[in-house]
Amino acid sequence: MGMNLTLKVWRQKGPEDTGRMVTYRVEDVSPDMSFLEMLDVLNERLILEGDDPVAFDHDCREGICGMCGMVINGVAHGEQVATTTCQLHMRHFEDNAVITIEPWRAAPFPVVKDLVVDRSAFDRIIQAGGFVSVPAGSAPDAHSVPVKKVDADAAFDAATCIGCGACVAACPNGSASLFTAAKITHLSLLPQGQPERDSRAKAMVEQMDAEGFGGCTNTGECTAVCPKGIPLDTIAQMNRDYLKASK
Amino acid sequence: MTTKYTEGEPIRDTKAPEGPIEDRWEKRKFGAKLVNPANKRKLNVIVIGTGLAGGSAAATLGELGYNVKSFCYQDSPRRAHSIAAQGGINAAKNYRGDGDSTYRLFYDTVKGGDFRARESNVYRLAQVSVNIIDQAVAQGVPFAREYGGLLDTRSFGGAQVSRTFYARGQTGQQLLLGAYQALERQIAAGTVEMHTRHEMLDLIVSDGRARGVIVRDMVTGEIERHIADAVVLASGGYGNVFFLSTNAKGCNTTAIWRAHRRGAMFANPCYTQIHPTCIPVSGDYQSKLTLMSESLRNDGRVWVPVKAGDDRPVSQIPEDERDYYLERIYPAFGNLVPRDIASRAAKNVCDEGRGVGPGGLGVYLDFADAIRRLGRDAVEKKYGNLFEMYERITGEDPYTQPMRIYPAVHYTMGGLWVDYDLQSTIPGLFVIGEANFSDHGANRLGASALMQGLADGYFVLPTTIGDYLADGPYGEVDEEAVAEAEIAVREKINKLLSNNGDRTADSYHRELGKLMWDYCGMERTEESLRKALERIPELREEFWKNVKVSGEADELNQALERAGRVGDFFDLAELMCIDALHRTESCGGHFRAESQDADGEALRDDENFAYVAAWEYGEQGPVLHKEDLDYEYVKMSQRSYK
Repeated sequence: MGMNLTLKVWRQKGPEDTGRMVTYRVEDVSPDMSFLEMLDVLNERLILEGDDPVAFDHDCREGICGMCGMVINGVAHGEQVATTTCQLHMRHFEDNAVITIEPWRAAPFPVVKDLVVDRSAFDRIIQAGGFVSVPAGSAPDAHSVPVKKVDADAAFDAATCIGCGACVAACPNGSASLFTAAKITHLSLLPQGQPERDSRAKAMVEQMDAEGFGGCTNTGECTAVCPKGIPLDTIAQMNRDYLKASK
Repeated sequence: MTTKYTEGEPIRDTKAPEGPIEDRWEKRKFGAKLVNPANKRKLNVIVIGTGLAGGSAAATLGELGYNVKSFCYQDSPRRAHSIAAQGGINAAKNYRGDGDSTYRLFYDTVKGGDFRARESNVYRLAQVSVNIIDQAVAQGVPFAREYGGLLDTRSFGGAQVSRTFYARGQTGQQLLLGAYQALERQIAAGTVEMHTRHEMLDLIVSDGRARGVIVRDMVTGEIERHIADAVVLASGGYGNVFFLSTNAKGCNTTAIWRAHRRGAMFANPCYTQIHPTCIPVSGDYQSKLTLMSESLRNDGRVWVPVKAGDDRPVSQIPEDERDYYLERIYPAFGNLVPRDIASRAAKNVCDEGRGVGPGGLGVYLDFADAIRRLGRDAVEKKYGNLFEMYERITGEDPYTQPMRIYPAVHYTMGGLWVDYDLQSTIPGLFVIGEANFSDHGANRLGASALMQGLADGYFVLPTTIGDYLADGPYGEVDEEAVAEAEIAVREKINKLLSNNGDRTADSYHRELGKLMWDYCGMERTEESLRKALERIPELREEFWKNVKVSGEADELNQALERAGRVGDFFDLAELMCIDALHRTESCGGHFRAESQDADGEALRDDENFAYVAAWEYGEQGPVLHKEDLDYEYVKMSQRSYK
């Protein structure tokens, strides 16, 4: 026996449209469906009825590409901890539930259509300095610089960020600090990241501000919704690097 | 129905230099013409796709000073599906001193490919593999390390040495982010112009050369033309022809298929790889399949009930009514037989009606013995993250009940034919990564996809494309050729939107995928392939008449995007079946039931099929061009795992 659900979905034709919530009934939903598969079923029906399907971003559907993301019942990626929307399954919802679905809401993430938002600000933050400058073919032997295992592991933990933007959507200030700090921390912990460490921190933080993201007030909502559990103390690392670079 | 094809001229020149295999790449590099740095700015290159191959190529070409335009269909180049690769990346570093070498990696790859890959290309891949690790480490890719601070490695299927570098279960993610960051650096520097949310819909060929692409801006719907001196396709594989696969939802064949229609030959389309340990389908709504690391087979035992149709819960099936079929059939290798063998065996027991779970399409992978033997903690340490992923998707606890697994499509070895320079049969069109056919033969070894994508993008293509560009810039393009391509794209979009049918593109795609899985999947027969070749054109005709696409052309329209891709999958599916039907031998991922030995293993026919099948598009059916494979270094032999 499937579940019957009421969805209240944000519909917005384009960036200029004001947008509104629209209610849909979805019946006979299998508890084994993923949240996105449930929306697929709704969309198949809408297409056959000649309506516009609900636009949403998604790709790998295995929790790693970072493309999907919606605010479900007020929580970025829904209430399951450490889960992307594509990995959220319907068994976590009650039969006859009413589910609200909205896009990420933050000024630097303008809505493109329905649940699709423009996250290119994240790419521009990386462009500002989220890299090590190393032309192909110029690298020394991989074993020429040993790296402490604890540092490599901590760098990895920060590097697992998938760039989905849930941190921004959850933050009351619309801050991109967790995203930016994850990259700064990843590269600051490794010897390869040292030569550009100061300029990187400064440029990335300034770009983050220029994009219109808010400041961090240590609310911690970002790390609570982060599908990869990027720790809050990466932001402390970012602030230290930024202060040092600004001296 | 086209089961017919004609045979054209064989391909004799692959552009590989002569001489000892270890000197060929050096020779090619020295022979390649150079471009004066001041002239590089005047040369334009288009790169389609931003995965490991496309991302690293665009970044490297930008760095060299070319004018690059990069395109991806996702909202950011960081999303490309290379990101999902779990296991690791091979490289012949021999950091373990365990007898590895360039030659051994070359040998293992040719053998793993069941002797259907080109020796000179594979040798070069093994040679540059070591540079990839250096490059990635210098970029800050956080590979796993040991307490001494040096890189950790592990061994992987098909190899007896420990040459796989990894970053926990997220190696693809970390390598892709390295390439993405290099790409973003070039975008900031102004050498690469990035076009996200753009999909390539046709190739522009002018005076016999690839000179640009027609793309659709997926936000505004605008059809754009982009002209260049060379085009690089790095658009990935075509596993989604099966609808269900481990590929991302957006992965599609349109870029390479359109190039094929414009004259690029398609090589070995029937070579597909099926991975044995995926989470089974749970219902008709299923949109994709998720792979779980093969390492699970190190401790899990695979079984099904002895009796067909036995739907008792696991706890009520006594030990003597369980069939540990891999251990029974392959006593020497047991649960650790290679991917293709494990996959086929699972299919066979399910065909006998002994499969478990929804639809009877699954087999148990049981850890009860391992937990008894090693303790729950030890099992959790080793496989905790995989068990968690399984639980998340299925809602079942693999510590207290066996996992259910089933094979799924996850990689395609076939792709556009390229020569030693990675150039297709259209001058100026280069193809890299999974989109080309080279290097893996009929079967890819684990941890070799990442290696090939990055080898092509960072090291091989930037040298070989220079040789082509040195004769450029190639001047004005033929306006008629551009207009013709653009009109064809618009007409197709209008056709899809004006249909007032009653089935969605997804529903046709699902039907096509099931048909391909049943008739051109793990096991192929003449009968099944003929059936597929009868049914595909009928279904395709119905699709074009009856598919329903809502919305408009000039807006973000995901229904339209999908419908266009499904249209191309139909054509590709047909070519795959023709290729599979013509290759009456079994090899690697291509198993023809008629060609097996007494033990049921794949039986190659080297006498008649030691060639690459390169298909040219023809209005009257495809034309086969054979590239003979000569093995000067590796001795051909038959695999056995009993």
